[in-house]
Formats: sequence, C-alpha cells, structure tokens
Amino acid sequence: MATIVAEPTGIPVVEEHHEMSFIRKYIFSSDHKVIGIQFLFLSLFFLLVGGLLAMLMRWQLAWPGRPMPFGGLFPETMAPDGIMLPEFYISLVTMHGTFMVFFAIMLLLVGVYANYLIPLQIGAPDMAFPRLNMLSFWTAVPAGLIALASFAVEGGAAGAGWTSYAPLSGMPEYSGVSMGQQMWIVSLVLLGLSSILGSTNYITTVINMRAPGMLWTRMPLTVWALFITAILGLLAMPVLSGGLIMLLFDQTIGTHFFLPETGGQPLLWQHLFWFFGHPEVYILILPAMGFVSEILSAGSRKPVFGYKAMVGAIVAIAFLGFIVWGHHMFQSGMNPVLGTSFMVSTMVIAVPSAIKTFNWMGTMWRGNLHFHTPMLFAIGFVMLFVIGGLSGIFMASAPFDIFIHDTYFIVAHIHYVLFGGALFAIFAAIYYWFPKMFGRMMNDRWGKIHFALTFIFFNLAFFPMHTQGLAGMMRRLYDTSGYTHTADLQGTHLLITISAFALFATGVIFAINFFGSMFRGEKAPPNPWNATSLEWQTPSPPKHGNWEQAPVVYHGPHEYSHPDVTDKDWLAQNERPDVVSPAGH
Amino acid sequence: MEAHAMPYYGGRAPEKGLAVYTQKVGMWVFLCSEVMFFTGLIGSYIILRFGASETWPQPGEILNIPVTAINTFILICSSVTMVKAFAASEMGDKRGTRLYTLATAVIGAAFLGVQIYEYSELLGHGFGPWSGLYGSTFYTMTGFHGFHVFSGVVCMTWATVKAFRGGYDNGNYQGLEVLGLYWHFVDLVWIILFTIVYLI
Repeated sequence: MATIVAEPTGIPVVEEHHEMSFIRKYIFSSDHKVIGIQFLFLSLFFLLVGGLLAMLMRWQLAWPGRPMPFGGLFPETMAPDGIMLPEFYISLVTMHGTFMVFFAIMLLLVGVYANYLIPLQIGAPDMAFPRLNMLSFWTAVPAGLIALASFAVEGGAAGAGWTSYAPLSGMPEYSGVSMGQQMWIVSLVLLGLSSILGSTNYITTVINMRAPGMLWTRMPLTVWALFITAILGLLAMPVLSGGLIMLLFDQTIGTHFFLPETGGQPLLWQHLFWFFGHPEVYILILPAMGFVSEILSAGSRKPVFGYKAMVGAIVAIAFLGFIVWGHHMFQSGMNPVLGTSFMVSTMVIAVPSAIKTFNWMGTMWRGNLHFHTPMLFAIGFVMLFVIGGLSGIFMASAPFDIFIHDTYFIVAHIHYVLFGGALFAIFAAIYYWFPKMFGRMMNDRWGKIHFALTFIFFNLAFFPMHTQGLAGMMRRLYDTSGYTHTADLQGTHLLITISAFALFATGVIFAINFFGSMFRGEKAPPNPWNATSLEWQTPSPPKHGNWEQAPVVYHGPHEYSHPDVTDKDWLAQNERPDVVSPAGH
Repeated sequence: MEAHAMPYYGGRAPEKGLAVYTQKVGMWVFLCSEVMFFTGLIGSYIILRFGASETWPQPGEILNIPVTAINTFILICSSVTMVKAFAASEMGDKRGTRLYTLATAVIGAAFLGVQIYEYSELLGHGFGPWSGLYGSTFYTMTGFHGFHVFSGVVCMTWATVKAFRGGYDNGNYQGLEVLGLYWHFVDLVWIILFTIVYLI
C-alpha cells in the first residue's frame, strides 16, 4: 500500500532545458498555464470595471438627480455638476452588461479555466496549438480596451443595451451614439474571433491530446463541461460575428440589413443575436456546473453521483440551447404556434438541469462534508442556481413572459444565474485552483467571511428585484420618479443600492485575500484537497511542459472513498492498480 | 508489468484520440465554425429576400453572369491544382509540389482579380452596398467570400515559398493537406453563393 504514486507510471518526457526571456515567458507566452493566468488578471479587471459601472447605476436609481460622489470627475457630456445624464445612464447599462457577459464571466469561465485546466486534467503537455492560444489571448486584450476606450469618444459609449437591438443600434440618429456603437461592434467581433480560436484549440486538444487511458468516460466533469462549452462557442460565435458585421455595415457603408424604411428587417437582428445569445447563456453556466460537480465531489469525499447522467445532461442542455432562442422574442411578434414550440422546448431544459441539481445533492448526501471555502461557494451556487433556474421556467412561459418582459424580474433572473450561479462557481474555482496556479493557499478564514457576506448581500441586492419586476419596474428606466407605480418602489431601490454597495465592498476582502495570498500565503502542497484528478498529481505550480513522467490513467475521475483503498479516502487517476489494490481492478 | 496491461484499462485499449493528426482535426473543427458563419449570412439573405420578393431584381438584371461563371470555373480549377499539389507532395514528387502550389496561388489570385473587375464595373454603374437590400447582401456575401479567398492566397503564397525551399519534401505533406481542406471549403462556399446570389 502506498499513499501516493509509488512507481513512475508512463513514459519519461524528454526535458527541454532552455531559459526563455521574461517576455516570452510571461507576456507573449504560449504556455497554457501562463495564458490562463493572463486571462485571470484580464477578466478580474473587467469584473471590477463592470462592478463599478453597476455602482454608478445604483446611485442614480436610489437617489435620482442627486450629484454623485466624485461626480465632478465626469465630463459635462456624462454628468454635468455630478448629476448623471440619461444618455450616460443607458451607456452604463449597456457597458455593464457587455463587460460582465463577454469580458468578465465568459473569460473567467472559459478563457481562464479551459486554458489552465484542460491540458492538466487530460494529461497533455500543452494545448494542441500553443501559438494559436497566445493569439487568442492577444485578440481579447484589444477587444476589451476598445470597449473601454469607447467611453472617451464623442457621443460616449454604446447606448442600445447589451443586446443592441436594431434599428436603435443601426442608426446613429436614433441613439445619439455613433462612434461608441461602432467600437462596441468591433470589440465584440474581435472577442468573437478570440473565442473561436480558443474553442478550436480546446476541442482539438480534448479530442486528440488525452493521455493514455484517459477514456471519454474518465474525463473529469470540468473537462466535459468545457469541451461542450467550446462546441457552443464554436458554433454560436460566428453567427453573432456575421450579424455584428451587418450592423456595422448598416452604420458605416449604408447597407440596409436591419433598417425597416428600406426593406430591412429589425427582427432579423434579434434572431441572429439570440441564435448566438441563448447558447451564450449556456457558455456562461456549463463550465460553472463542471467546477461545482468536481468541488462538491472533493468536498464530500464521494464520487459524483450519476457521472454519466451528468455528462448526458451537459450534452442535452447544449443541444436544447440551440433551439430555444425564440423565447427571448415572445414580445417581438411571433406566430403563437412557433411561440408555443419555443416555450415547450425551453421548459424541457428544466429536465437536464434538474438532473444535475439532484445529482449534486446526491453527491453530498451522507458524504463526509468538508466546509472549506470552495465547498461553501459550490453549495451557494447550487442554492442560488435553483432560484435562478425556477424563475427561468416562469419566464419560459409565454403568457407570463409577456407580463414581466423587460422588467426587473428579468434583471433578477439574470443575476441569480450569472452572479449567484456563474460567479459563485468562479469564486469556488478560484479558491480551489489558486494553490495550483500560484503555489500558495488562499486564506480560508477570510474566504469564509467573503462567502458569508457575498451570500447575504447578494440576496438582499437581487431578491427584491423579483417583486419590483412584478410591480412593473422597467428594466432600463433612468428615473423611477417619472411614473406613480415606479415611484412607490423607491424604498426597495434604496435597500438594493445599499446592499449592492456592500456586495461590491466584499470584493475588497476577496482582492486583499487574492493578492495577499499570492505573495504571503501559506505554501501549498501539490494536492491540498486530496483530490483525484491529474492536475493535483503535479507540483504546485506545475512546471513548463506539465509532466516529468507523462501520466497514464487507470481510474475514473472522482474516485473518493473507494472501498478497496483502505489507507486514504481518494484514488488518483494515475495511481497504478497493483500499487493500490493487490487484487487489481 | 506486462501482466497488468489488461486490468489497467478495464479491459479496453488505451484511448489515443482520433487516428488523425492534430492539425487536421483542428482545421475540421475550425471549418465547422466557418460553416456557421456563412450559414448566418446565407440565412439572413434568404429571410431578407423572401421579405422583399416583389422588388428583388431578376437574375442577370444587374449582375454579369457569364463573367462570374468563368470566374467560378477558374476557382474550381484552383481546387484541382490544390489536390495535385497535395498528391505530388504525398508521392514525393518535388517538382510537382512546387509547380502545383504555385499554380494554386496564381489561379486563386486570378479569381480575386476578376472579382475586383466585377466590383469596379458594378460600382461604375452606381450599384453599391447602399443600393437596397440586393446591394447590401450581394456585397457582404461575395465580399466575405473574397476575403476568405484572399486569406487563402496569402497562405498559398507562403506555402509556395516553403515548397520551393523543400518544406514539403520527404513525405511532409500535412501542411498542404490542411491548407487544402480550407481551400476546398472556400471553393464549395462559392458554388453555393454563385447559385443563390447569381443564378436563382
């Protein structure tokens, strides 16, 4: 009996000994681990920017017309005398959504973890195309900077919402924004290119670079989720790019795709956008589900309940995600028969989602639960995702959707699935894989405080939005005092704003913990969570090329508390059966 | 160690991915994305055209079909030389590899030349991207196809230089095969575009 891999398994790797310059190693690096960490810093930066924009919006909603603190820093075109203009408010709405969806959550889930984890978890030395990977990162950087710079141009940043519905977005005269809208388009086309290059790489890597013995049925659920997500990105992103380019041509060279007065069809934009947009929703949640499955399993010391059902559910959600886009357009005018089919197919997604939720509970059921910070965030994910998922079923129902369309009910739903869902899973993943990335542990006590405060203030900030939405609060309304029915909601807006400020402040705890641990944290052992997948069988952090001995895989991905293993409650994927169990399995 | 070979994998052979080299898998995956890009454009074209069927010009009313038919033939010829280049490289025919990669790049550039001529003629008659939905869709679809051909020509020029330096000798044919997949895809897209934009 051995506690760790006693004998080297697999084929020795020829070590390359050549020192690289600082620039090749950390800036224009083709090492998937460095690129993953680069994406981490980039996306956390945009998470901060998106959060700041939200704080400005919340100020206006709680105290309409009152000068903002530091409001004097804004130019006359945004906030004269520190009082926010409606045009600036709608730019904030638009860019908050754009940054959070495209540059924070999507890059955090896919850019960071697909890059960092896929090669490590499947036992590959790097991505299939390392230089393409580098190009993918260095396309995302200018994309983000262009979007950020659009605040500084004449007319301000894009102001047609993150969905940029035509014709509002198609004619500068309608929204008052011309350059900003075009920069928004260029930014997203670049990001789409980055995403397509990345997806090509992830898919190829998973198909062709798995270590010997890494069968499809032995891949960790994180890899499964990221693989399916990459397929979604690969097939959905180019459709958005096509639509964006048509929109750009409408604005710049006088084409007529989405402009009704010359025969163009504004509805076509909605179809193109949501054909991308709905798979995008699953791009933003499937990887989170993968992380949570893995962290719940490690934190419960039990194999994932229903591994194959989990994989099947991921595939089913991804497939259904491509045929339900019309449920965003019930209000746009649609044949009721078509509307009903979109409604039913949307509701069917509840089935694989429920399979996953029950399997997470089954994984934890009678497990030996370890409530460390990643585990707490993963449990928080399950709780909040259920709330967001249930309100999603409400919205899928066309008659109800017509009532709550474009209200704060939608805002509440999107934040329950994207913040309560995706971002909680991202925090879980950051705490969980931080030791592997930086070789040091994050502080667990401050992690738990971060979790508790985030959980409380998240719910205080977003739950009341459900009731506001039912009371008729409009989604992009600048000033609540304009209507009697919204003026009554001013008290809840105040509660939400104070909670949102507190929620933003919890980010400070996280930031201090994150950067403090990077330099001062306790040194991390190779496998701090006693986890089974391959990345934990390497040093923390892994070296360039990942493996000294190319791994050979003998076991499934989540073998905790295996009955034949008596001296420990986990079985690494690359442990030789004869070492662990004389009987052999 | 040998005795344990079977139990290690649960009685199954170790997984080695597809029996296809990685670059080729990558190109197929990338082409899936390209299919969706052109599907988006073609789908939009169909919807816009059905929405404005009364005002849509008849085939040949604006576009010069004979010139483009010849151009289509030119592009198909480049696919033939592409296959010949790959086959020559695979069989170790150094002279053929160089000749046919060069020919493919030149014929691809000729296609672009004819397309530029076509555009300048149409623009000279005042038919531009601003000329209604017909102009919008025509220039966007053929323009994006032309951009793909242009990218292909750039790559083929690079491949030609590499071929003349002996980069595809000694059975090192993978680069040409992968490039060929892209080239044939772009060719195939043109046949669809020629049919729906010019002929029907």
